Amino acid sequence: MSLMSEVGQKAFNLGVPIAVHMDVTYRCNERCVHCYLDHDDHGEMTTAEIKDALDQLAEAGVFFLTFSGGEVFMRRDFFEIVEHARHLMFNVKIKTNAVMIHEKEARRIRELGVDTIQISVYSHRPEVHDAITKLPHSFDRTIKAIRFLREQGLRVTIANVLMTVNSSDHSGVQKLAAELGVQYTLDPTITPMMDGDTSVLSLRIPGEELPEIFHNPALVGSQEEFCAPPKPPSEEDLEGYSCSAGHSFCYISPYGDVFPCVQFPLPTGNIRQRKFLDIWNFSPEMKEVRSIQAKDLTVCSSCSHVTSCTRCPGLAYVEGSMRGPSTADCEKSFYRTGVPTENMLRQGLSKPRTISGTTATLIQIRPIAVPA
Amino acid sequence: MPENCIYIARSSAIAARALAGEMMVMNSADSTFFTLNEVATAIFQAADGHTALRDIVRDQVCEQFDVDPEQAQADAEQFVAELSSHGILLVSSQPLSSEAP
Repeated sequence: MSLMSEVGQKAFNLGVPIAVHMDVTYRCNERCVHCYLDHDDHGEMTTAEIKDALDQLAEAGVFFLTFSGGEVFMRRDFFEIVEHARHLMFNVKIKTNAVMIHEKEARRIRELGVDTIQISVYSHRPEVHDAITKLPHSFDRTIKAIRFLREQGLRVTIANVLMTVNSSDHSGVQKLAAELGVQYTLDPTITPMMDGDTSVLSLRIPGEELPEIFHNPALVGSQEEFCAPPKPPSEEDLEGYSCSAGHSFCYISPYGDVFPCVQFPLPTGNIRQRKFLDIWNFSPEMKEVRSIQAKDLTVCSSCSHVTSCTRCPGLAYVEGSMRGPSTADCEKSFYRTGVPTENMLRQGLSKPRTISGTTATLIQIRPIAVPA
Repeated sequence: MPENCIYIARSSAIAARALAGEMMVMNSADSTFFTLNEVATAIFQAADGHTALRDIVRDQVCEQFDVDPEQAQADAEQFVAELSSHGILLVSSQPLSSEAP
């Protein structure tokens, strides 16, 4: 186990929120076809409120802090926020589309000691990228920004969200990342929109195409390891927990709402009304998320994939129960290994149903009303 | 550089946070990651740039932990040299200020 993993496990065991993802705005200068956010400003936290929140997070033991959005640079005070975060000695990562980063901004990011900048690039073909972001010339601006950041010696990661309209472009983007000297990550997850609209799910790569991705060593590393059939779970495995959501990680929206994860729209409290540590330690919702062990899962506890599945409790919650299966992850487990999941077997399915037509009940991540 | 005039300050490039009494430290320049034990954490926290290392060892280490002063000074110097080589601590014969990001 690496030192980083050891520390992560220690924080998990102690219930310390070692990592927090904070969206500072939902406003954005791009209108990506797959985006799940409502870009209107419904009352974002002020600079002072965010600084106060950061003070509280530092006191709570948060070390890894990711700023995201929306587009973070839509906030004119963003550098002031990052400066405060770095003064508090957080390890800061920024997720951005980078179109507003020029030489001056790149230099400032380096001066502030930001650890990593993750940038969305959808295709190596400008016309495909721009068609997804709906912002003309966004590809050129983003790539130019990556070069500025690299000139400053900064660590950059290209995040390549794959969907139907760019599913064949991953190798081109990977090559582009290598040319630019940056890391590459791929994500085939498309999330329903915040207002419950599931139409964006039609952009999800059809399950039948997932094996091509999961069996590509350039994307997943050791295919033998990644696609290995699941091992039977031990008793210890069944005592285990799904992921770090609510245990050592949480998400804070631009409105101050605290959730177990960015993909887990269960409101647990608002830092405009309660102290962060009060929410983290005593929120009944957070405690419930924290209590769920593999053996408590209604279907997955008897699934052969239970120890290796990427089951997301947030997506399961969106589907109806945080203890239930996450269909998208059932699909991934099946197409990764070829072994049917318990969820499929119970429904008498030999292969997963297409997910794009789901009518799952969705709960919107939206601001909780705060008295003026 | 004589040991009695070493001043140490934390670099502005680092991130740090205490977890159950031990300090996690990461240098964003090269992503090196360390965890410091309680004694090292005490020295790291006292690295304000204008307190001499010998005073930190005397007031923070010998005062709080049951250690031999000479051994503590030698260990502290070795620890400072290692963290300095990774850009975590700045070392000078003159008082210096912790860099603001």
